Amino acid sequence: MLATERESLRHEIAELAEKYEHKRDGMMPVLEAVQEKYHCVSDFAMQEVARQLGVFPTEVYGVVSFYSFLSTEPRGKFAIRLCRTLSCDFAGKREVARQLENELEIKFGETTPDGLFSLEYCNCLGMCDHGPALLVNNDVYTEVSPELVSDILEKYRRMFGPASQLEEKEASHA
Amino acid sequence: MASVIHIMERYEAGSGLKKALAMSRTDVIRQIRESGIRGRGGAGFPTAVKWNLCAVAQSPKKFIVCNADEGEPGTFKDRLLLTERPEVLLDGITIGGYAIGARLGVIYLRAEYAYMKPGLEAALAARRENKLLGKKVLGKDFDFDIEIRMGAGAYVCGEETALIESLEGSRGEPRNRPPYPVNTGLVGAPTAVNNVETLIACAQILVKGPDWFKKLGTDVSTGSKLLSISGDCRRPGVYEVGFGTSLKDILKLVEGEGAKAVQVGGASGRTVPAKQFGRKLGFEDLATGGSVIVIGPQRDMLGVAENFLEFFVEESCGQCTPCREGNPKLLEGVRLLKRGKCSVGYLRELQNLGRTMQAASKCGLGQSSANAFLDITEHFRSEILGRVPATKE
Ligand SMILES: Cc1cc2nc3c(=O)[nH]c(=O)nc-3n(C[C@H](O)[C@H](O)[C@H](O)COP(=O)(O)O)c2cc1C
Ligand code: SF4
Ligand code: FES
Repeated sequence: MLATERESLRHEIAELAEKYEHKRDGMMPVLEAVQEKYHCVSDFAMQEVARQLGVFPTEVYGVVSFYSFLSTEPRGKFAIRLCRTLSCDFAGKREVARQLENELEIKFGETTPDGLFSLEYCNCLGMCDHGPALLVNNDVYTEVSPELVSDILEKYRRMFGPASQLEEKEASHA
Repeated sequence: MASVIHIMERYEAGSGLKKALAMSRTDVIRQIRESGIRGRGGAGFPTAVKWNLCAVAQSPKKFIVCNADEGEPGTFKDRLLLTERPEVLLDGITIGGYAIGARLGVIYLRAEYAYMKPGLEAALAARRENKLLGKKVLGKDFDFDIEIRMGAGAYVCGEETALIESLEGSRGEPRNRPPYPVNTGLVGAPTAVNNVETLIACAQILVKGPDWFKKLGTDVSTGSKLLSISGDCRRPGVYEVGFGTSLKDILKLVEGEGAKAVQVGGASGRTVPAKQFGRKLGFEDLATGGSVIVIGPQRDMLGVAENFLEFFVEESCGQCTPCREGNPKLLEGVRLLKRGKCSVGYLRELQNLGRTMQAASKCGLGQSSANAFLDITEHFRSEILGRVPATKE
């Protein structure tokens, strides 16, 4: 991470912690905000949160590792979570899972090389009457069929715009 | 057999709160007591007793927490309430806060429901504008506000003491009970944790009276229940029925008559085989937070057990041994059964393990995670023993 990036992250965490008066119960909202913006809570971020809230970094790590929506490793800009629980299973989540893997060319638990999408399972999303259900970040999709998968992904790809050609060239030489 | 409209009846924003604030705190709790209402989140603890314990506790600080963590597989009625009845819910939280003497209410909203947050925030802002929240609510000597805090994807945080740990900024690990949250809850202060549906029912009871509420239900389980019905039926969705309704009637309602089993109460609930569809919903027999999953004749019951056990292995907080070690053992057993590699002797050992987990686990998760396994291995023996696995293509 660049020194300037570190500085801005440090600054942001300080501001967030300020909002919760540097109190311990600010932990979840602060971590959630960091996760949302950076798609992970890095070692550096954990140390900063610990410093700002006056707890040990191991405590922060304990919290981050406990909750499935927080992660120490970067997730995609768009985190896809497919419900794996019974009603969605009955409704055909296996076919949707397969097509997600086909379209993204990754397996569950992985992130696409461009960092755009990560794919994982989650438990019941409270949409069991309209399964199969999945989340893309905070957006919920219901009655997802294999043929709908590519449309959903396309929507997010376009939101982000086409990748830069120079960036791709750079990557191919790396 | 049709569904009813009871706690889902029309409700004028602020009406229950107006009534409550015109009464003493004890009279509010008396109304709730007379209605006989018990908690809708699953455990069924009498709401008036909970509120009264909080109300009489001596403490300068008290809290009321709305449990909107709705994580039990197959449950989605709180989703409907949070999106379509926020006004009634916010009234209910405020009434509860008044009754116990709290100045702050907290809604613990699961991360999966983050998309609801803007709507709820807007409803809160409107209430502050209309003096239904803030300093001197409705001009009375009562200051109250409500804050939303988000979960981060952990089923066990629906358990009230884990929820409190999470609110305090810790891992969501359930505490030993006692002490109960009504004495030692959020930051050590007396705290009433209530389900979304409970709070909505309480607001309605204040407006329409305890006798209105008791028009439905049974003596032990008064009132109605919202059911989240999914699985193998033609008309899944949220239904409201009186307590005491039989599974047979529910299946008729949702056109799922051919079912071979019904899962009542989600992954931690009971698996009821077809020959017992005469059983009724209620705290007397089939207690439920509202999850009803219809299991059609084409389904593999071991697949059901496997799906649930995978869920519990993932969601166990790992704090106590029976739950942390027991669930993976049961899951392994189900997979052995699936491959046709489990003797009746070993199955009996697994069943004993399941009963030990029920008795020895620290919180409701581990105490109920073996339920489906035990029910399925008891009621579907002919289906699960001596399997010859399909050969690989
Ligand atoms: C593992 C576990 C998960 C739970 N999840 C929820 C939940 O999502 N929502 C809920 O209202 N209660 C849940 N409960 C029950 C709560 O601990 C508590 O009993 C309830 O919120 C009390 O509210 P009530 O009396 O209004 O039902 C859960 C319990 C356990 C053991
Ligand atoms: S029963 Fe399971 S979830 Fe509950 S405290 Fe023990 S390990 Fe944690
Ligand atoms: S089982 Fe998938 S949303 Fe409930």
